[in-house]
Amino acid sequence: MARLTIRNICKSFGSGFAVNDVSLDVENGELVCLLGPSGSGKSTLLRMIGGFERPSAGEILIDGRDITHLPPERRPTGMVFQSHALWTHWTVFDNIAFGLKLRRLPRADIREKVEQALAMVGLADYGQRMTTQLSGGQQQRVALARSLVLEPKILLLDEPFASLDQHLRERLRDEVKDIQSRLGITTLFVTHGQDEALALADRIVVMRDGVMEQVAPPDVIYRAPQTEFVAGFIGSMNFLRADVEDGVARHDDLTLPLPIADGPVILGIRPEAMSLTPSERPRAGKVHRLIDFGTHKLIDIDLTDGTRIKCMAGPDARAPRGLRVELGVSAFHAFRDGRQVYQTTSDLEATERSMSHA
Amino acid sequence: MSAVPNRPSARTAVPPKRTVRQPFDWTGLLFALGLTLVIVVPLLVVGTWAFTEVWRYPSLIPQQFGLRFWSQTLARADVWNALFLSLRLTTVVTVLSAIICLPAAYAFARLSFPGRNLLFLSFLASHAFPKFGLLVAIAGIFLHVGLIATFWGVVLIQLVSTLMLMIWVPVSAFQAVDRRMEEAARDAGAGPLRVFWSITLPQAGPTIFAAMLMTFVNTFYETEGAWLIGAPQIRTMPVLMISFINNQLVVQYGAVLSVMLWVPSLLALIFARRAVGTGAFARGFGA
Repeated sequence: MARLTIRNICKSFGSGFAVNDVSLDVENGELVCLLGPSGSGKSTLLRMIGGFERPSAGEILIDGRDITHLPPERRPTGMVFQSHALWTHWTVFDNIAFGLKLRRLPRADIREKVEQALAMVGLADYGQRMTTQLSGGQQQRVALARSLVLEPKILLLDEPFASLDQHLRERLRDEVKDIQSRLGITTLFVTHGQDEALALADRIVVMRDGVMEQVAPPDVIYRAPQTEFVAGFIGSMNFLRADVEDGVARHDDLTLPLPIADGPVILGIRPEAMSLTPSERPRAGKVHRLIDFGTHKLIDIDLTDGTRIKCMAGPDARAPRGLRVELGVSAFHAFRDGRQVYQTTSDLEATERSMSHA
Repeated sequence: MSAVPNRPSARTAVPPKRTVRQPFDWTGLLFALGLTLVIVVPLLVVGTWAFTEVWRYPSLIPQQFGLRFWSQTLARADVWNALFLSLRLTTVVTVLSAIICLPAAYAFARLSFPGRNLLFLSFLASHAFPKFGLLVAIAGIFLHVGLIATFWGVVLIQLVSTLMLMIWVPVSAFQAVDRRMEEAARDAGAGPLRVFWSITLPQAGPTIFAAMLMTFVNTFYETEGAWLIGAPQIRTMPVLMISFINNQLVVQYGAVLSVMLWVPSLLALIFARRAVGTGAFARGFGA
């Protein structure tokens, strides 16, 4: 239906940049997640696409048409707000019908479209309720229907589930994904929850301090993070300071072959890439705690240099508190100045396989 | 499951009775009594006087009740003239005040422009100084431009006293409207004016309505300005009442008029409770 192009967008607030030179192409029907901590500029970027903030520089195009300077009411975008922003003085029906009335559609058409939209979000009989009589999840569904009924070319979702509880969030997430792929609508989704991004997105844009850190499909983001920030933000990652000498990274508890130039390096190891063996060495790491998640166990280990690392183990693993252990590593990443400089091949192969699939 | 008696409604409908007694609210009673003494008693006295024909000291109750003074008061043309003049004046002032103040209040609430805070505070200025001094100064100016003793002169002077209420309360009402709601309306295709009309105004409506009602009532009872600028041609109800009280030795004329003057505020209050609910007033003052 539509293709979104963002070229060198900047937004400055006072002296700093909320968004700094961001360029992105979103393909027809694609769902892209903007992911980052608060203050990373993801919401500002979304609001610039919706027309609620003016970019300081750069341009935004939808299907090749420059919309950078259009007001929100003249853009083919539909936004769903975190606070759902329903008009509480109207019924559900009137909320959804408002945009259609502005477009001067005949009454019968409006009625039909509103009822379709309500049915789509599973609220077929709720038209005559006041919005304040609905639960949080229902309100957010109405907000979604209100946007979708206008058939926007680009759907913008600004942390739509942030105010809902975990179970509801997961259910609505699935529903939104279903509706989105059924309608084939190009969608931008802002979230600070990595699980939401991993579950929904065709591609994830990780943002930090107004800059894009990495743009990639979820599996690549997880398996081949380009920066230390992305590695730490998506999933959990253990970071260890080490020194490289003659192609070997040395840490008190680890020695790993690392074919890069000599100097300090930060090793990144996923909990699932670690294994433990009991040790007699007096300065070996000590088990601090074991958390049972049913499907697996997570073991916290205190190393002698003061860092605490997490290690994933099978559901039957046992590790009494205080047990000294040696670390085994099956795959790792290495970062220098925040950038990834090395990654073990097993991960890279998996990544390349999945990339050739995509 | 079948063993469980299937009568959940019967069980939940009757909660176990608690025999915890609330301690009696003596402070509340004291306050209520005090308020009654200060507010209700004088009103009662005036109300009684309005229906009294003979009431001589030291009797606690009037010797003779009757409607003689009502028929006498209502028979006077100047009373009816004053009533309709007051209603006309008050309506014009309230509507003008709304037309001037509501857009200004919206600007204060949503836009930032140079001098905003100073200008905002300046609406307090009319209430920061002794009102009578201000009125005398304005009367001097009005005398030069020929506005003394005219309808529009009184409108202008009463407009000044409405400004604060009609700016400050709507500003908080507009500020309380979720900006996202307005943005969502823009997103749906409404222009700024349409958003104001369809979203912002209805959302802020109850509070703004409350402010307008208070403005109406306040203006209806406004006396100093109306008297200083309007006399002798323009005589509003309160001005007429004062002259009745000052010029007539018969108490009943003043009493009848003041009872008549209760009617608009009483109606306004009842109406306000119906249409607005008590919350809107509190919200208007930022609660």
